[in-house]
Amino acid sequence: MTLRDILNKLLGRQQASATTARERLQLVLAHDRSDLSPELLDQMKLEILEVVAKYVEIDMDEGAVSLETEDRMTALVANLPIKRTLKAKKQDDEQSS
Amino acid sequence: MAPNTRIILICSGKGGVGKTTLTANLGIALARQGVRTVVLDADFGLRNLDLLLGLENRIVYTAQEVLEESCRLDQALVKHKQEPNLSLLPAGNPRMLEWLKPDDMQRIVGMLAKQFDYVLIDCPAGVEDGFKNAVSATKEAIIITTPEVSAVRDADRVIGLLNTNGIKPVQLVLNRVRPKMIESQEMLSVDDVTDILALPLLGLVLEDEQVIISTNRGEPLTLKDNISPAARCYANIAKRLQGENIPLIDPAKAGRGLRDKFMRLMQTKIF
Repeated sequence: MTLRDILNKLLGRQQASATTARERLQLVLAHDRSDLSPELLDQMKLEILEVVAKYVEIDMDEGAVSLETEDRMTALVANLPIKRTLKAKKQDDEQSS
Repeated sequence: MAPNTRIILICSGKGGVGKTTLTANLGIALARQGVRTVVLDADFGLRNLDLLLGLENRIVYTAQEVLEESCRLDQALVKHKQEPNLSLLPAGNPRMLEWLKPDDMQRIVGMLAKQFDYVLIDCPAGVEDGFKNAVSATKEAIIITTPEVSAVRDADRVIGLLNTNGIKPVQLVLNRVRPKMIESQEMLSVDDVTDILALPLLGLVLEDEQVIISTNRGEPLTLKDNISPAARCYANIAKRLQGENIPLIDPAKAGRGLRDKFMRLMQTKIF
């Protein structure tokens, strides 16, 4: 983000088109390079969340699974905030009942 | 035989970003430096290199007749009148697309490599057979792109294909750069494009009306000691290719005034 971007944000203006171009390109190239369609990525995201949810309770709204690229290397990045472990959840449930 | 012949593919993926113009200007600029250079039009479907070099009326035979062995290579090569170090091997009939194979392309390039120091191959747009044939015959590549999302995306695709084919080195030329638009952050900057594509920058070419005028005439800008911005850019690219250490023009640092300094401050990346 540049000074100009911050100023634009403060004034509620659109960000500079070069910034938009950069962001759009980074996203589309991550998909192109990994050969994953957005649908497949969504499906994978759901399945990953399901698996993780078996072990810990995660914040579904805050969680994000995305593709990021740097130097032509694509990485699958998952950011899943853990609310609590299922063990703790069980204890809480027992206490409340 | 010239053992150190450099065989360079000039490609972009997307059409209309300046492959043929770069090939023509680079060919002339290298020839003016005294190296024996040949430009090969590998765009058999839509040939134009002859036109940009002003050689369209002097073509007798083409790569097709050479491959069919109905003429010798030196009969098909068209020598540039003002710059005899440069020759063109014209593309044949579009029907060549139907039968041309990677082997044919390698044969042609192999013949050229015996006589020249540089073989510049003007690649067709796209990533289909024409591109694959050209890639099969090359050692290194120059990717040319413009600071536009579609051109950068297509360039990325081509870079991926060149990497899988073991082409090395692959260098980048950024064409049609408009410093004013970059300054106002309405155009991807040079750094944006090199970061995204992760390629070393061989050079950039400033947007310049003279390019259109020179193509109208069939006289590439590098033919004369031209002071137009694009002419200087092309000449610099040729020198860098030859190993000279010519610093890049930084379009963002062109201005020294207070206003330019302020604009630069505004586009400094903070996070």
